[in-house]
Amino acid sequence: MREKEFGVWRPITWRRYLDEVRWLALGLTELGLRRGDKVALVGHNRPEGLWAEMATLAIGGVVVWLYQDALIDEIQYMVDHADARVLVGEGQQEVDKGLAIKPRCPRLERIVWDDPKGMRGYDDPCLVSLAEVRRLGQEAHAKDPEAFERMVARGAADDVALLFYTSGTTAQPKGALLSHRNMLKMGQNLMAMDPCEESDDYVSFLPFAWIGEQMMSISCGLMAGFALNFPEDPETVQRDIREIAPQVMFSPPRIYEQMVRTVQVKVLDAPKPKRAAYNWAMRVGGEVADRRFAKQPISWPLRLKHRVADLAVLRKLRDHLGLARIRHTYTGGAALGPDHLRFFHGIGVNLKQIYGQTEIAGISVVHRDGDVRYETSGLPIPETEVRIAPDGEILSRSPCVFQGYYKNPEATAQTLRDGWLHSGDIGFIDERGHLVVFDRRKDVMTLADGSRFAPQYLETRLKFSPYIKDAWVLGDRRDAVMAVICIDAGVVGKWAEDNHIPYTSYPELSQKPEVQALVRDAVLHVNKALPQAARVQRFVNLHKEFDADDEELTRTRKLRRAFLEERYQAIVEGLYSGAREIHLESTITYEDGRTSQTRHTLRVVETA
Amino acid sequence: MTGDPLLRIESIHLAFGGVKALRGVSLEVRRGEIFSIIGPNGAGKTVCLNCVNGLYRPQQGRIRFEGRDLEGLKPYRRAALGISRTFQKLELFSGMTVLDNVRLGRHLHMRGGLLSGAIYLGQASREEVEHREFIEREIIDLLEMTHLRDRVVGMLPYGLQKRVELGRALALGPKLILLDEPMAGLNLEEVEDMARFIIDINEEARWRVTCLLVEHDMGVVMDISHRVAVLNFGEKIAEGTPGEVQADPMVHQAYLGEEEEIYTSRR
Repeated sequence: MREKEFGVWRPITWRRYLDEVRWLALGLTELGLRRGDKVALVGHNRPEGLWAEMATLAIGGVVVWLYQDALIDEIQYMVDHADARVLVGEGQQEVDKGLAIKPRCPRLERIVWDDPKGMRGYDDPCLVSLAEVRRLGQEAHAKDPEAFERMVARGAADDVALLFYTSGTTAQPKGALLSHRNMLKMGQNLMAMDPCEESDDYVSFLPFAWIGEQMMSISCGLMAGFALNFPEDPETVQRDIREIAPQVMFSPPRIYEQMVRTVQVKVLDAPKPKRAAYNWAMRVGGEVADRRFAKQPISWPLRLKHRVADLAVLRKLRDHLGLARIRHTYTGGAALGPDHLRFFHGIGVNLKQIYGQTEIAGISVVHRDGDVRYETSGLPIPETEVRIAPDGEILSRSPCVFQGYYKNPEATAQTLRDGWLHSGDIGFIDERGHLVVFDRRKDVMTLADGSRFAPQYLETRLKFSPYIKDAWVLGDRRDAVMAVICIDAGVVGKWAEDNHIPYTSYPELSQKPEVQALVRDAVLHVNKALPQAARVQRFVNLHKEFDADDEELTRTRKLRRAFLEERYQAIVEGLYSGAREIHLESTITYEDGRTSQTRHTLRVVETA
Repeated sequence: MTGDPLLRIESIHLAFGGVKALRGVSLEVRRGEIFSIIGPNGAGKTVCLNCVNGLYRPQQGRIRFEGRDLEGLKPYRRAALGISRTFQKLELFSGMTVLDNVRLGRHLHMRGGLLSGAIYLGQASREEVEHREFIEREIIDLLEMTHLRDRVVGMLPYGLQKRVELGRALALGPKLILLDEPMAGLNLEEVEDMARFIIDINEEARWRVTCLLVEHDMGVVMDISHRVAVLNFGEKIAEGTPGEVQADPMVHQAYLGEEEEIYTSRR
């Protein structure tokens, strides 16, 4: 693996990796950790985080990763519910959070920290530095060189390895238990399908608390042995990805949406000849990709044009996005719109959709190379069966299916029935055997004409416009479909500046008639491709962006619809009553937990 | 915070023609403390800093640094002694990158000359790497500028430029740093960051820099300073801990205002 520190990529050998894990495991044992104990981990992606995870697993403990940006109450709930005995954090920020929740977590004994910056004044006895843990481990190893091997040998494939809390779109998160076998089988099966070389590079920048990152960095990383590259800072991730140019990547849709938006914005800015070149190249690239997937022949003139387009434009685009050496890259965790998929294949990036969940240690379904259809999620991976229940629910069965929910037998009984994992998603299998995911069961809408509709479908299409960051579609059992749109602050702000439209804040910008016209055009464009009953009748631009801290989104940026309906009841009513304006009073939560009240007036725009 | 006096300003008088900017100001800044000078505009605070720095020359009085009289020493000589400063109006090269600007601050520690620098073998490259390592570890990491390294200073928002200014001043490796209105023009979040950095460089074992601040932001001054001096019309009218100065009626009359409001602490 490599870590970028102080501006330089520093390599870490596998031998050092093993040494660090050994010392940390022995050190944690000295502090009292035993088999089956839970260790909570929080922090940015860095080698120490990985070593701490491996050390815990070596002892036979259970790893609980928490999201870096989780609020204090969320952290307290998870640490307490998991019965964690140790919290391993990165630096002062995590220590502060740990000390704040400790009184409400009776089983929490120790807080381990790593980065000394700002730790001068802390003298709480429960705090211990990672360096100290390492030292204890080194001493223990010197006294008993076989201790580590013995400890590891006691582990079995079906021991619980991870306790991961799933992003609760409703209610409190549930803790899914995953075994060693679950995780390694996932790595094995994925690598069997899309093999990676030991010489490959992977950039690890998504939270370790996300099962997708665990699957790639740990399951696949261990199975295939490729190098993990840890960026310097969350702010330098884009640059670091470009420097490394990894061969394989896995991200949630928002990363790809962001990439597309960046390109679209730069193109809007570019001089006419460049824009023309870009549009031409994209057309050629798109056509070639379409033909390839439809298994149609590609004529010689088209091949030639594609070569030119690739050399002149597409190659540069790939390099700019850090995708110059990508062999395959995945998107998962939520739906990515078909337009976005087409964009990437058009520029020559092998982007594949996956479908899966925490409860199956990662994925059950993925596109095969050369068999990518934009509306589907692909075919099951080895040793995996996927079946559709009579009511349309997607069921999966594989050696990676989880062990159950921690301390929650009712939820476990509901989700794991007869060995089949009930996903809570509705979908069907198309004529080519590809799985098509409709939406979460509770989110599927029934339209005015009785047909069923996935709001996700409409939302992802809307998000293809660079001006729209988020969209929330309403219309279940109503006579029309409505939308609540969050404009992208950066892109629309720049557009407003270019068009000499003054504004002072996001709420003001969102209500400007010119901006509303801009969004209206985007909505009309999407409406054209939809059946009548599914077309958006009216929309409002929301005065703020959806935020996980406001509980509007999960930590993986999925909409929490039930909560949104409750919070913005006034908007829902206003849209359906035909009002021209909607008055809102709402509470905003700042990152440090403070709240404030605000009042806004939203103008409704017709698109019927 | 008791330490031996690092800087002694003894009864300095400075006049610009008929305008008496400083009238017998005496101060003592102890090693390891954060000392702030406050006062209304035109009180002579920046003039005071400029005298310590060597940019102005007082007509009367002495300034002693570590016991040594600074009389007649040019500013660059004083820098070599370990006095660094930031400027109210940023003095950065706006066309150069952040890293280059910080590197400039290191120039006093460079031994290689023009020729060895041009050939770049042996001593010159070794020195370059050493200094770069110092800058990366101690300054860029401390001031959280890792993502700004290669950005051109002129393109950065004002708050970040001020941070680069601080970084440049720190690159000298000073014993005493003169900060001229470090909080001016910063929003709430940036002020908190800057205050944190000042506390860091003062308290971190690695740095332990004595800070002499000129500031208007009362919240910050009262929160982070060990001692405060108040100037008014070129004279020192009060000196002491933040609590003592806040309670002083003369200070209230001259500067703070008649109400007995306590400034909200941001610590």
